[in-house]
This record gives sequence, structure tokens and C-alpha cells, in this order.
Amino acid sequence: MVSLIKKPHPKERRMIFKNVDRPDWSNDIDTYLKDGGYAELRKAITMQPVDIVNEVKASGLRGRGGAGFPCGVKWGFIKQDGPKPIYLICNADESEPGTFKDRYILHQDPHQLLEGILISCWALNVHLAYVYIRGEFPEAAKIMERAIEEARAKKFLGENMLGTGHKIEVYVHRGAGAYICGEETGLIESLEGKRAYPRIKPPYFPAVLGLYQCPTIVNNVETLCHVKHIVKMGGAEYAKIGRPNNTGTRIVCVSGDVVKPGYFEIEVGSITFGELIKDFCGGLKKGRKLKAVIPGGSSAKVLRAGEKYTLKEKAADGSMVEKQIGLEDIRLDFDTLAAVGSMAGSGGVIVMDDSRDMVWALNNINEFYAHESCGQCTPCREGSLWMKKITDRIVAGGGVEQDPSVLKSVADNIAGKTICAFGEACSWPTQSFLAKFPEEFAAKATKSIPPPMPPEYTSEAITENDTIATMTGARGAGVMAVEAMK
Amino acid sequence: MDLPSDFAAKINDTISHYPVSKRSATLPLLHLFQEEMGYISDESMNWIAKKLELEPINVLEVVTFYPMFRRKPAGLNHIRVCRTLSCAMGGGYELMEHFCKRAGITRHGHGAGGHGDPISVSEDGKFSIEFVECLASCGTAPVCMINDEFHEGVTHQDATELLENCPDKEEYAV
Repeated sequence: MVSLIKKPHPKERRMIFKNVDRPDWSNDIDTYLKDGGYAELRKAITMQPVDIVNEVKASGLRGRGGAGFPCGVKWGFIKQDGPKPIYLICNADESEPGTFKDRYILHQDPHQLLEGILISCWALNVHLAYVYIRGEFPEAAKIMERAIEEARAKKFLGENMLGTGHKIEVYVHRGAGAYICGEETGLIESLEGKRAYPRIKPPYFPAVLGLYQCPTIVNNVETLCHVKHIVKMGGAEYAKIGRPNNTGTRIVCVSGDVVKPGYFEIEVGSITFGELIKDFCGGLKKGRKLKAVIPGGSSAKVLRAGEKYTLKEKAADGSMVEKQIGLEDIRLDFDTLAAVGSMAGSGGVIVMDDSRDMVWALNNINEFYAHESCGQCTPCREGSLWMKKITDRIVAGGGVEQDPSVLKSVADNIAGKTICAFGEACSWPTQSFLAKFPEEFAAKATKSIPPPMPPEYTSEAITENDTIATMTGARGAGVMAVEAMK
Repeated sequence: MDLPSDFAAKINDTISHYPVSKRSATLPLLHLFQEEMGYISDESMNWIAKKLELEPINVLEVVTFYPMFRRKPAGLNHIRVCRTLSCAMGGGYELMEHFCKRAGITRHGHGAGGHGDPISVSEDGKFSIEFVECLASCGTAPVCMINDEFHEGVTHQDATELLENCPDKEEYAV
């Protein structure tokens, strides 16, 4: 069985992943304490909670779950002196295709995460926190539960945290295989014991009406780990890492057609896709050429190799100049990826070489979203399945000429018309694949009339006849059925 | 429904994790029942509903929403193969075929969109298999889970060995 590269790349800057794959490391509390663990929690409790919130604001930390929303701003939405309790939820529902970073934090460094959670609880005046771990991580849930017990025994949480009189309880809550639980309001519904139907904003902003209708902060695993480092370094010092408005380090996960896939913690914006693929991942397989990159989890819009992207950059004299760059020269940070029309998302980079069929790839992604739509909003519930069925048909060789435009129209009618961002997540792949690789769709969708429906979509009678059920045909069948009943 | 005392104790401990609302314990209780009994029966759902002071439909709607819960038994050893893009590029579909061939499973076509009942069981009941969506280990494709154990970079030879190492008898494997 393959294993990932165990040694960090020299250009990496490992903070969050410092202990991942360390040969002398184990995930118990003694190892963590020997390494200086929980020193930041001890430091945090000497600070005023509001000062920690201000440090996080000063750090410029942006959420690592996908949306890239500034963490300090999110925390600032919480009214600390209100009558309701405040809850903290760690989102460990990692399930965006292409992303595999939280897995390693949970399995190998659970105490770093727990320390980040406890500091955040102190900063936000939280007494009850949950770690929502996806159902497919049973081992991670056990490890995290053990870590919580170990920390409780050392009084890092419980009735009287480190003698401060502050009560903190942290519990693990397991999901059960639904991608939508990664959406924060869906996650909250799920934690309340219901179907994970996302809530509409406004009014249900978690910071105001979250878990049990109380103010709630939902942060990604990696984001909460960064809080520990912000307390250690101070917000201003932390903000020097990376690039302005794109601060800190982030874990980039690379999969697909590269020689050495894996995870790399880099200063945000310090490298380009070209460097990532060549230097970090050993390039593409022999004789292959780069075709496309999905830069931030499968919902991020695909980027095509060979295409030129226009960026606006500040010149030395302060004026804005336009610059044309190729895919290889795009920097991995939030703002650059947004400027080229995609997103940094969850940091999951999927690389595809010239052996890949883009229609097939989109079909695979469409099947994922069709399966994972929660079914609450009609455009998404129906549309995600239609898109999957259409690409199914094109892949099977039965695509008709109109299919690409029908696909686009379906996608255009989902994005922006749903309660949560899943609508965008499921239509962006279709919209971007069609826009970037129109010739591949056109080459495959060439039939003038659709073939008979595949058996799983239709009744036996119709497939046996091997003809298309037209209106007359259908009516004819109806008449026959009525005749038969007589 | 008579439950073993240690199982009942586990249930009460789990409910205590949710001091604000017992209803929050729905998912964890369903996990416990599925681990204990291999699937979630109507009887179990009724029991949970009563315990958490809910209507049975409140539990049923949760069971039918979350893909990991099943209303009938799977095989003794349950295999989950990742189907999503990076694994598909790394041979996930071929891995699925190989598992099926070796484990003697005929996969039934699942309904349009892959919903409905995704689990296929071998004739002897020793193995069951399903495709699942992204297991979050895309860099080591293809990946799978056998019961609660995760396996990465699974070659066909690895898969054969994994099947050989699966127990013939067990109380129950999740």
C-alpha cells in the first residue's frame, strides 16, 4: 500500500502539521505536554477574553473550511453579554472531495486541536463545545474522545478549568455520512438531532441564532488550530506570515495525476501551482501534459492549462496594472484564486493530465453532488440529479447536441436560488467545465435525438420496444392499459 | 425491548452529553444501536423515540436522511469503497469490481442517482459492499474501509489479502 511522503518539503512552513509524521511523536497527552503543549492555554487564561478576540482579528486569519471568511470578524459577531449561553462547534466533517488535512490533525495531533478549542472557549465565554466529526472517521472520534478524557484528568477542561473557575465541557458528536453537515447551519441542525437541512440566513446566522437558537461559533479544525499559534505569536506577528489579507500558513492537499500526491503546509501565497506540481509533487507522470486543476475542493471552478488569466496588480508607482498569467503562475492564496474566477476553498487541489476525459470527470463530480444534495430546495434537489443524468448520458455515448446548453441552463438555475451555498457548489463544476472545455462536450454530445432511456430510468416495457416514448406513444400505451383493464 | 445493562449505561452516558436537548442524542444513539445490532430496526427506532421523548417519525426521518444508517443487516464484514473523483482517477471503480469478484458479490443496480439501497451482500453473508462518497484521503487513492478500519493506496493484491483476513464469525462488525 502506498504511503504519503513523510518528510516535509524544504519550502514548507509547518506550524499546524509540525507534529504530523514525526517519527518520535504519538497522539497522547504526555507527548504533547513534553513538547510544550497547553502552554498557550495557560497563557490565554492570563489574558482578557476580549484581548484574544482582538489578537485573532489582528492576525487576519481566514477560515480554512472553504469560504475563507475572516475568523476574527466571525468571532466579533458574538454578543458576549447577552442572556443566552454561547456555544462553540468544531467542524470536523471534512468531506469536500480533494481535501484531506483535518484527518491527519485529528488522528495525529488531537491535543493541538483541543488546545485551540479550549482557548477559543475562553475567548468567547463558552462553557459547552462540540467536535462534529464525520461518521466515516470512527477512529478519529475515539482518539478525540480519549484526548478529551486525558485533558480532563489534567484539569484543562471540566468544572474548574486550570483553577480559573471557568467550566468547559467538550464532547465529540459523530455525523453519519452526509456531506451537507459541513455547511454550518446544516451541521447545527444535525447536532440538534434532525435532518441536516441548512437554515436560511437571515435570520439564522449562527452567531445570533445558532445551536438551540443561541449564539454559536462554528470553526473548521485547521482554523481552531491556528488560534493556538496566534496566542503564541501575537496577532501582529502572525499576520506577517503569508501575504496581506492572506495571512498565515495553510495546508494544501494535492491528489490526482502527480507523481507524489500529498499534503503540504505553506505560507499562504508563497508558491504557485507550477511550483506545487513540479517541486512539491514531483511533476506529472512521464510523458503527460497538464490539462486542468481544480484548486480548492471539487466545488471550486476548474482552471484550464494553457489559458491566460488576467490579474490586476499594484505597480511600484501605486497604479493598477493588468497582467496576463498562465495556470502555472497562479499563486495559491485566497485573493488570487478569487481573481482568476475560482476559489482557494478548502485547499484540496485535484490535478488532471491530458489522459483525462473532462466529461467523465464532471460526471463523477455531478454524481457526488446529486447524492449529497439535502433535498430541501427544489432547484438543487432536482437540478443536481438532472445534471448527473445528462452527463451520464453523454458519457454513455448518447448525448444530444443540445445537452451542453441544457446542462448550462440547469446549472445557471441552481446557483443563487437555494438556501445554502450547496447550490453554488454543485453548479460551479458544471458551469466551469462547460466554459473551459466546450469542445470536449460538443465532441461527445452529437446525437440528434436521444437514445432510449437506460433501464434504471424507465419501465421495462419501454426499453424492450427500444423506441423513444413520444407523447402519442405514451398515450397509446395508456389507451392499451385502459383496454386491458376492461 | 430488553437491552444489556452495559449497553443501557452507554446510552445514558451518551444522552448526558447533551444537557440542553435530549433530541441531540438521536444520531449517537442510532450509531450505538447499529454497532450493537448491525442495523436499525423499527423496534430500535421506536425505543429511541420513546427514550428521547420524540415521535417515531423524528427518528425515522433521521435514519432515512443519513447514508451511514441502514434499516436491514449488511454482511458480516462491510466494505466501503470510495467512488469520488481522486479515487476514481486512481482506480476506485476497478477496486470495487475486484472486491466484488473476490468476495462473490453481485452488485445490484441502484436506483437513478445512486440513492435507495446501495448495499449489496454476498450470498454467504460474509461480505457486503457499497460505494461511498469521498473518504477524505484523496492523496492515497484508491481507499476503502472494511468495517471500521481504513485502508489507503489499496492495490488489487492488498484487497485480496484484506478479504482473506476478514473474520468468518464475529458478534457483529459495523
